[in-house]
Amino acid sequence: MRRFLMKGNDAIGEGAILAGCRHFFGYPITPQSEVTHYLAKRLPEIGGLFMQAESELASINLVFGAACAGARVMTASSGPGISLMQEELSFLAGSELPCVLVNIMRGGPGLGNIGPSQADYFQATKGGGHGDYHIIVLAPNSVQEILDIMKKAFDLSDMYRMPAMVLADGIMGQMMEPVVIDEEKSVEIPPRPWATTGRDYHEDRNEINSLFVILEEMEEVNLRLLHKYEEICAKETLCEEYMLDDAEVALVAFGTVSRICRAVVDKAREQGIRAGLVRPITLWPFPYDVISRTAKSVQCFLAVEMNMGQMFEDIEIGAKGRAPVYHYGRLGGMVPLAKDILEELKKVSERGGTGQ
Amino acid sequence: MKKITARPYSLRDVPFHYCPGCMHGIAHRLVAEVIDELGVSGRTIGISSVGCSVFAKHYFNVDMIQAAHGRAPSIATGVKRVLPDRVLFTYQGDGDLAAIGIGDFIHTAYRGEKITTIFVNNTVYGMTGGQMAPTTLIGQVTKTTPFGRSVEINGNPIRACELIAPVEGVVYVERVSLHNPKEIIKAKKAIRKAFEMQLNGVGFSLVEALSACPTNLGLSPLEAIKWMEEKMIPFYPLGVYKSPAGVV
Ligand SMILES: Cc1ncc(C[n+]2csc(CCOP(=O)(O)OP(=O)(O)O)c2C)c(N)n1
Ligand code: SF4
Repeated sequence: MRRFLMKGNDAIGEGAILAGCRHFFGYPITPQSEVTHYLAKRLPEIGGLFMQAESELASINLVFGAACAGARVMTASSGPGISLMQEELSFLAGSELPCVLVNIMRGGPGLGNIGPSQADYFQATKGGGHGDYHIIVLAPNSVQEILDIMKKAFDLSDMYRMPAMVLADGIMGQMMEPVVIDEEKSVEIPPRPWATTGRDYHEDRNEINSLFVILEEMEEVNLRLLHKYEEICAKETLCEEYMLDDAEVALVAFGTVSRICRAVVDKAREQGIRAGLVRPITLWPFPYDVISRTAKSVQCFLAVEMNMGQMFEDIEIGAKGRAPVYHYGRLGGMVPLAKDILEELKKVSERGGTGQ
Repeated sequence: MKKITARPYSLRDVPFHYCPGCMHGIAHRLVAEVIDELGVSGRTIGISSVGCSVFAKHYFNVDMIQAAHGRAPSIATGVKRVLPDRVLFTYQGDGDLAAIGIGDFIHTAYRGEKITTIFVNNTVYGMTGGQMAPTTLIGQVTKTTPFGRSVEINGNPIRACELIAPVEGVVYVERVSLHNPKEIIKAKKAIRKAFEMQLNGVGFSLVEALSACPTNLGLSPLEAIKWMEEKMIPFYPLGVYKSPAGVV
């Protein structure tokens, strides 16, 4: 066991290495660039490969190739770069290839700014690329959790043969915290009999493909994907619940904002307001069950996000109209302050379940 | 009776979907024969592109990957960087390589990636119904150049061999044609050389194969061959553009 003070972006890199990832293809963009700096140095030290591509379009296609060849492989970027990767994300999902993407979100749309943001929630959880598909989306809220969640992302991606994304914002990427690295843990990477490694290396010829011109065949593939997605929803949803047992108002937040909201819950409780917090860790699959269960006991929800209200829509789906959902968001790279969230919390707790 | 020819091992025994007079089938066979002759079918991985040759993934009897439109060189690079001892080839049309995929193509060439690209130039987008490609000749009528391609509106056709031959890291570039048996024999030699360059680990190799798309030219297969001789080959001269001896 080793203790370190570590930056979030470095933890992305170290977490990937601890997860057995030895191939990284990427392109610099703020506030993600330290991931590339870290891995450019670390991967060659341990016999891995870091390669800077000419664009995000190329990065994700290099990832695609490495995944075909059976590697544990990843890339990292931020909004504008992730947008460029959407084409291949759809192809990765269609070809059922495992890989990990990291999005350290910044302000947008367009070139936006380099402030922290959660504005890519829709893009991450609702598609972005064409076609009927999902990717697994994980949202850590501490540097330690970043380290651990990288392994989780690779394992899930491998187990279900689909891309997984670690979604964080510029604060998560830039912040430094103490972490513990447990080096005892050995990594087991499952075999990949489907990989295109040359047919002498496996019995039959392998084909990696996302083209199904026969309609019935395409539907069959879509149905297989659907069943896989249903299984993931049933088994892999992760969510942290804080002080929900007797809560009247439930804050819902992920990533950076969830830490501020936890402090707000404590403050509110001191002032006699029974507040609680739901923190989705997997954004897809979304913890609809927790929201739905909580909706039966609370008077209302308050979604706090650094966007216009994107996760808000998933909370509404989960609440099924049993409790009203309010939204408080800061935009453009701004971070909600604890005092402002508390203010908002007081307002909605007064309005309660009236839905006004 | 002596058997003098047979289906190459590296080509699966499945019917092709290509139109009569299309030369994709010939190009497939040549690539498969070369893979057989070099004895590398067990460690070859092919990347098929988007276009009429999209089903190449199904026809070659080696591991195959179906790429997104234009991205085959990047994907091939990804595979090769993980498995450096394997033999990688991309099979791409002119729309695929010279339009949407030209960035992937140029950067892969500049990196000197040890892969082989088979580039089938038929001067049109075949699969989508005969629109202009970057390789469409000046004056050539296509669905999107109904009055003939003009320099003013569409710019000049891209000559891939001439573009890539001077690049460091590129070791072998040859333009061949598939329009008669003599040229087909030359084409096979070129493909073999390109694969050998990769096996020797020297760098990127490209074979551009001129081909006809009778369907979208609106010509019979024989007329299309004549068209190639009269119009296409003068604009796209055949020959070696680069070999280890240097740029020719
Ligand atoms: C991103 C994207 N854009 C457009 C298409 C449509 N499309 C399919 S094939 C093709 C042209 C292929 O032409 P070429 O590479 O010359 O191959 P050919 O069909 O002539 O063999 C296009 C534009 C696509 N599949 N994907
Ligand atoms: S449309 Fe043209 S390129 Fe496509 S198969 Fe037919 S002849 Fe060949």
